[in-house]
Amino acid sequence: MKQYRSMVLISNGDSSQSKGSEAVIDAFHQAIEKYDLTSEVYLTTIPDSGSPKSQPLVIVYPEAVAYGPVSAEKVDFLVSEHLYKGRVAESLKVSDPFEIKRISWLVQRTGTIPAENRIVLEYVGVIDPTSINDFLTHDGGQAFATAMEMEPQRIIDIIKKSGLRGRGGAGFPTGIKWQAVRDAPGNKKYVICNADESEPGTFKDRVILEGNPFSMIEAMLIAGYACGADEGYIYIRGEYHDALEKITNAIIAAREFGVLGKNILNTGFDFDIHVHSGAGAYICGEETALLESIEGKRGEPRQKPPYPTTYGLWGKPTLINNVETLGNIPPIIQNGAEWFRAQGTPSSPGTKVYTILGNVNKTGLMEVPMGITLREVIGIYGKGMKSSAFKFAQTGGSSGSIIPAILQDTPMDFDSYRNVGVSLGSGALLICDDSNCIVDCVRVLMRFFQVESCGKCVPCRIGTEQALEIMTAITQGRGTMDHLAQLEWLRKGMEDFSNCGLGQTAGTPIKNMLDHFRAEVEAHIKLGVCPAGVCEMGG
Amino acid sequence: MPTINSIEDLKRLREEAQKIKEMRDQAGKTQIVVGMGTIGIAAGARETLKTILTFIEENHLPDIILRQTGNLGLSGMDPVVKVTLPDQEEVSYCKVNPDIARKIMQDHVVDGNVLTDYLLKV
Repeated sequence: MKQYRSMVLISNGDSSQSKGSEAVIDAFHQAIEKYDLTSEVYLTTIPDSGSPKSQPLVIVYPEAVAYGPVSAEKVDFLVSEHLYKGRVAESLKVSDPFEIKRISWLVQRTGTIPAENRIVLEYVGVIDPTSINDFLTHDGGQAFATAMEMEPQRIIDIIKKSGLRGRGGAGFPTGIKWQAVRDAPGNKKYVICNADESEPGTFKDRVILEGNPFSMIEAMLIAGYACGADEGYIYIRGEYHDALEKITNAIIAAREFGVLGKNILNTGFDFDIHVHSGAGAYICGEETALLESIEGKRGEPRQKPPYPTTYGLWGKPTLINNVETLGNIPPIIQNGAEWFRAQGTPSSPGTKVYTILGNVNKTGLMEVPMGITLREVIGIYGKGMKSSAFKFAQTGGSSGSIIPAILQDTPMDFDSYRNVGVSLGSGALLICDDSNCIVDCVRVLMRFFQVESCGKCVPCRIGTEQALEIMTAITQGRGTMDHLAQLEWLRKGMEDFSNCGLGQTAGTPIKNMLDHFRAEVEAHIKLGVCPAGVCEMGG
Repeated sequence: MPTINSIEDLKRLREEAQKIKEMRDQAGKTQIVVGMGTIGIAAGARETLKTILTFIEENHLPDIILRQTGNLGLSGMDPVVKVTLPDQEEVSYCKVNPDIARKIMQDHVVDGNVLTDYLLKV
């Protein structure tokens, strides 16, 4: 994995280009090559930021210093001073006080660099997913070999010490989960890889499974050895045909190779993996519904407690981890807990894979350290908004939160997001500009929940239906102020009394909407207009 | 494929596999890698792969290793094709349709000229 020491952002929008930003970029490339810093410095462009006065603007991490305006002649001096000698070039810093105010968000970002750091995705798109030999050439299997020489308890201690938290959305500490399964009584235990990635807009697990299926087998072997399990399941989303094919072939290859089956590597450790395909139900991503589905029953969540760690698949202790969580295991075993702790933020170490989509110029997948902000995601990886201004982002698919523009400088980690009342979710970032209407967006989400509710418990089954009706009424201009009180009441009811995560989070978009966009909702009701011009409003 | 029986075997195999890879890299063979995840296939990577295969067969090109890989996660850039000529840096091309694939094979793989128009820029 490539780790950079510094990161340089150069503004390259229309306004900056008219002031010669392209020449500045070329000069930077030359200067970085001249001082032999290519492997240490990550150079990228961002859209125009700040006022034209200080463009082209150059921002250097981890010191988080802004320089501007920078001309091509000064680049050599800047690179030699800041990047080579390591001192801030005071003479070139942004001096306009008004400008400093506009980029005040930078102050909080000192100390970390938002550069891509591929840990889980390291060999995705590099190795041949059909060849176990190619996997072995790229350090594959070594973490398993290291783990097999350790005591199972030691592996769990390493995972605990690394501070790895579940990447499926809830952020539960992985080490504690493993310990619970290990300590649970019983001889038969299971390890399950949750690859039922059904949150709209998330496709990170698919890319990991398709790109490096062997790493998933390796991680499950380590988990099985550490927890004392001898059987594993991969529950894979029904729509993921290619991933299903690749993982099935990988398991067959691993069996022939001798790392799956009885008495693996003559150590007396038995482990085998089965693949189970989902059938398109959103609820089956919930861990207990997933268990029911594997058992051949209808995908409905169970009462919790007992938790799956003590009473899981067929009543046996079961470890359920997300694909990305498992993807982090081999690198941690190989490099140690300290190495992992050095990435990301203290409360949420490591990296996170995000899928970025919506009204940005560039969509796709990225793996960045925890603690990056939405503003940086949009600027650096989305290459700016397509047309108009950023209005809100939806994190983590439907069950995530709606993040308004005022929260775009909150570090993206589990605790910082919880403190401001939103959740990080599973890693989809749907970026919306101001041509989107929040009411319409929430109506669509409610429709999704109404369709996907399994109908087992009343609050979720009736609540989502009622919420959808009210949201539809507001978008058609039939809303009243009483409706808002009802929505609030419904949301609270669903959150408090629903059986599983689906119902408990179904009200989150309503809460975010009423907290941050109340004026826009009231405009629909009191004025009878949709400010964004999206809703029909009875016309 | 060999079956392994001990932890030492697993460690030894990696070294062997790396040696084979080094030999392959030094043997003067051209490597072509096509991104074949769901995104790549949806964007037409199968046609691209077929075109490259047909080109290799029609022109009887020796010493070419053609293999597939997963997606890099650059939606909108697929199909991605990576070409590594012997003793040269890897070159990545984006949005490679069959026409561009034929051009890459002719100009880059056969004649050795990098096609700057279709380079993958991140």
